[in-house]
Amino acid sequence: MTARERIAGNVAGYVDDRTGAAKWMKKNLTKVFPDHWSFLLGEICLYSFVILLLSGTFLTFWFDPSMREVVYDGSYAPLKGLEMSAAYASTLDISFEVRGGLLMRQIHHWAALIFMVGIVVHLLRVYFTGAFRKPREFNWIIGVGLLTLGIVEGFLGYSLPDDLLSGTGIRIAEAIIQALPLVGSYLAFFAFGGAFPGEAFIPRIYTVHVLLLPGIFLALITVHLMLVWYQKHTQFPGPGRTEKNVVGYPLMPVYMAKAGGFFFIVFGVTAFLGAVASINPIWLYGPYTPGQISAGSQPDWYMGWLDGLVRMAPPLETHAFGHTISWNILIPGLILPGIMFTGLALYPFIESWATGDKREHHLLDRPRNTPNRTAIGVMALTFTLVSLINGGNDIIATTFHLTINQMMWFARISVLVLPPIAFIITKRLCLSLQRADRDLVLHGRETGRLVRMPNGEFVEVHEPISAEKAWLLTSHEQLAPLELPEHDASGVRRPAALKNKLRNRISRAAAVAVPKATETERRELEGHH
Amino acid sequence: MSNEIEQIKDPGLPAHVHRSTDTDPKAAARAERQVAILFGLSALGTLLLIFSYIFVSDKTFIFIPILGETNAHQLGLGMGMAIALFCIGAGLIHWAKTLMPDEEVIAHRHEFRSEDEDRSEFVKTVKAGASAAGLGRRPLIKRTLGAALGLSALTPLLLLRDLGPLPKDSLSKTSWKAGTRLVTDPGDRPLRPEDLEVGAVAQTLPEIAPGAHRSLADIGKDAVLLIRLRPEEFNLDAERLSWTHEGIIAFSKICSHMGCAVALYEQQTKHLLCPCHQSTFDVTRAAKVIFGPAARPLPQLAITVDADGYLVAQAPFNEPVGPSFWERSS
Repeated sequence: MTARERIAGNVAGYVDDRTGAAKWMKKNLTKVFPDHWSFLLGEICLYSFVILLLSGTFLTFWFDPSMREVVYDGSYAPLKGLEMSAAYASTLDISFEVRGGLLMRQIHHWAALIFMVGIVVHLLRVYFTGAFRKPREFNWIIGVGLLTLGIVEGFLGYSLPDDLLSGTGIRIAEAIIQALPLVGSYLAFFAFGGAFPGEAFIPRIYTVHVLLLPGIFLALITVHLMLVWYQKHTQFPGPGRTEKNVVGYPLMPVYMAKAGGFFFIVFGVTAFLGAVASINPIWLYGPYTPGQISAGSQPDWYMGWLDGLVRMAPPLETHAFGHTISWNILIPGLILPGIMFTGLALYPFIESWATGDKREHHLLDRPRNTPNRTAIGVMALTFTLVSLINGGNDIIATTFHLTINQMMWFARISVLVLPPIAFIITKRLCLSLQRADRDLVLHGRETGRLVRMPNGEFVEVHEPISAEKAWLLTSHEQLAPLELPEHDASGVRRPAALKNKLRNRISRAAAVAVPKATETERRELEGHH
Repeated sequence: MSNEIEQIKDPGLPAHVHRSTDTDPKAAARAERQVAILFGLSALGTLLLIFSYIFVSDKTFIFIPILGETNAHQLGLGMGMAIALFCIGAGLIHWAKTLMPDEEVIAHRHEFRSEDEDRSEFVKTVKAGASAAGLGRRPLIKRTLGAALGLSALTPLLLLRDLGPLPKDSLSKTSWKAGTRLVTDPGDRPLRPEDLEVGAVAQTLPEIAPGAHRSLADIGKDAVLLIRLRPEEFNLDAERLSWTHEGIIAFSKICSHMGCAVALYEQQTKHLLCPCHQSTFDVTRAAKVIFGPAARPLPQLAITVDADGYLVAQAPFNEPVGPSFWERSS
């Protein structure tokens, strides 16, 4: 035993004497994680969160979250002598007086955008591969919570510098609060400490942005990761992979090196973006005043779809009995997002209710093998993308020489028409891909080699695919639709029977599939050749 | 029938293929060198950062293709940091991929469900615990506890009451009164009709006593846009026409949709456009909404001139300005 080994042993012994951790560590240091590039998406979120904590802490040392009026006297000449809030002035100082301050601000903003992209793409991966199914529903809900809080946290951070652009964003948020029936004006006055914009809002959202929400994030992320750890990661289907095992690499040393290395890569890429790609140049916007605005006001991308929905809303307001209800704000600003996020959070339960599948799943689905789920996902994505595009309708209109009216009508019509079309096309595409899989297993791979037969006929040579590939293409389950009783014994329809009828219909739609190839069919075909 | 159909079988994990670094000591040595070079590059990155921090002034600008004129200090710091971090990551991953074991390991899963026995024991424990507490048998305790807990939840609501004042009529009132002069923003100069040519636009605020201070909340309600057209271009009823003066018409600049400043005026079409959500208002028809999500026209301020010939408000706004709220009556 070398001296170094002895010291390591002593330290481990010291810790274990006091915690009994050796048993747990022994088991978990060799914990197996399956390998796939898409499993890195969640890691990107985790790492950009750490980057946000580090760069954000740096920014708090100089940022002054106050709406106290000061006269700017920094080195950025165009704003010299202007009255502005201390929040805006200190953000200018971070950008121009603190060495590395601008870099840190840009890293913080880029990390926030990457964090949100990471969450959304990670969510799409989990959705389209069915990783949310039993037993992982809790983690799905936590994930939806993190997405929602991420949007709020991002918006608050974007609002803190109190520049003309972000102040306009706060003004819009205030209008949404104010539009709430009954309590709206009260809530708005409580949130802003009086009439908009007041002097209380920036310090208040600062506390929420740097303390409250990061704390909740830390707690939720911890539970999210502990559940991943405890439930073990899902894996893609393939030879040797079953519902009962996990095939991959051990945590120590491979995953420690890979995951640790990936943290540095994400940080390095974020630092590179912060170094070369200017983001949110607040000195160009000027300090906020409610009487001014700049053309092309745009929120960050993760708010863009909400803004797009608000932009395309028809001008509907109800005035009755001395009261006003602004449907043009409530529907796109609160009701539709509410429905979307609730539907998102409940999706695992809806699917398992509709298909009657209550079993545990650890093998992921290939999206083509669940055409209904994939089509619903693409439908929702289409809706959100059209909204997002409309959130930038002014920029798009000026870039492509369209009128704003053309853009708006395009969005208003396509937000209703395109999602159902996307559903149908996606479902058809999935079924076609299933058919292609079936052909590949039964008839083999097209080699591109043409052979001329003695009778002059040209045929293309097909080569059988490997046993591994054939297994990959046929290992999925094809569930039969539910057949719940739609009438009771005496043939009478009951409310429960109506519910059953609905479930039967949904599950029939979900069970539409091209029958997968079997060994029997393969053999039959071989007999023919 | 179904057992006659034979499914395609799982061939099992494919045989492991060794990497060149597993079999060839030269390749392994090469990989080791590559990892070391990456870590070395990272160190150079940190040196670049230190150099830029100390020796490059933050007033130095250099020209870089694509980026254009760039602050050399910030760029040096950022690139140094990026190289330092990225190369550590790349080195670690290259090490893991070439030199650490790459044989796949199989671990087994077990169902999360506890044994039936444990589950029923658990239910029994809970029931026993609950009955030991006797909550079911002592409704008085249950009800008073419920009431006490419910009441205590009011505490935060009550304590948060002082977050802000009650709105009262604040959302419905502005600083405009009959006779208030319209002054330029910025500049605070009172305006005469002849200061505005036909087609011109001016942003104005109500005049305040010298030395007095305008809060942003006031500006957020008081901002008014003056636009001068030829009087015959208006398409207004008699009352609204009487609110204009020599072709000058005044609207609240705060959008009736979500309160953004309606700042874009198209001289050709005489449309006002809000840059936030593109609500479009027709100036000739008293800011009627002709496009976009806004549901109400911009409130019009009745104006005239005072004895000294300066533009003044005839009367306060006759409706609340800005976005809608529950208590708004029209």
